[in-house]
Amino acid sequence: MRKLLGIILLAVIAAGIALSLEEIPFGISKTIIGDYFNKNGVEETGATNMVTSVVVSYRGFDTLGEITVLFTAAIGLGALLTGHKKREHSDKVEPSSLIVYTGCRFLFPVLMLVGTYIFIHGHLTPGGGFQGGAIVASGFLLMYLGCKGKRIKFKASTVIEVLGGLIFVGLGIAGLTMGEDFLFNFLPKGEAGELFSAGIIPIIYIGIGLKVGSELAGIIDNLIEEST
Amino acid sequence: MSFAEFLNNYMYYIGAFGLIFIGLFILLTKKNLVKVIIGLSIMDTGIYLFLIAIGYVHEGTAPIFSKPGLNAEGMVDPVPQALVLTAIVIGVAILALALTLAVKLYKHYGTLNLRKIKEQKW
Repeated sequence: MRKLLGIILLAVIAAGIALSLEEIPFGISKTIIGDYFNKNGVEETGATNMVTSVVVSYRGFDTLGEITVLFTAAIGLGALLTGHKKREHSDKVEPSSLIVYTGCRFLFPVLMLVGTYIFIHGHLTPGGGFQGGAIVASGFLLMYLGCKGKRIKFKASTVIEVLGGLIFVGLGIAGLTMGEDFLFNFLPKGEAGELFSAGIIPIIYIGIGLKVGSELAGIIDNLIEEST
Repeated sequence: MSFAEFLNNYMYYIGAFGLIFIGLFILLTKKNLVKVIIGLSIMDTGIYLFLIAIGYVHEGTAPIFSKPGLNAEGMVDPVPQALVLTAIVIGVAILALALTLAVKLYKHYGTLNLRKIKEQKW
């Protein structure tokens, strides 16, 4: 009965959406603003990756809000999982086999390097702070699964997270004082395609990368602590 | 409109909304909380796919001027990609938060069945 009702409801919604999507053809440029960004983005921001210039420059304030959502989710997760006694189990856990342990130890710095490369080159090539941060956090996940008993240092992770947030907000306020608006790009834009170009965009993306990486690593730490 | 033309025009929309509806159906019918969270995650994926499909331009390249001589005319819309980029990371965080709530509910009630959790009923 419930399934039948669900199917009927979904059919009604699907019919409504199909009627409205008929007017929106696939594969044709639809927005004026997207074309504007593609044509003028390199001149205006100095970044060659248009997605980055939209995320950090044109919609930078929006990204700050999204980072706040991520931060709130991480805080809520931490708040829900406290109250449990953190058991000392570093001596009780069964160690991984030698091959897994050595492989993780070998792969961890490589993953860190790839993640850092991706968020430093966010304004030139595909990638950026969010993707690089996710790769860094996946390195920590590998460490948790492969080298059991090791944990991230809570204080260092908090400091890095706060630093990432401060870079973003601080540069925004600096733009407010030096230029006319929040997140104003006050540094020289340089030549498009160089590593040191695009003003404050790479610096903000490094901040985002640090923040996302340490936040996701903290989430992994909390969840794995809960499961043991 | 022939069938091939129809598929060429609407295949990505159908796929994206197919995922969204599968997720919605799981939300409506399943009793187990973990399955409901999996349904939310599938819905998320469908929404990302739909946003990316909206921004696609035929024969379009990625909006990155990685080498000189690329034409801005033949590039896809960067705005939906930027939105999805942040949405994916936030989706992961929200999924983790939802799973934590499920763990807490299980510890409190001893069950994940939503029909048996009395305070959840409305």
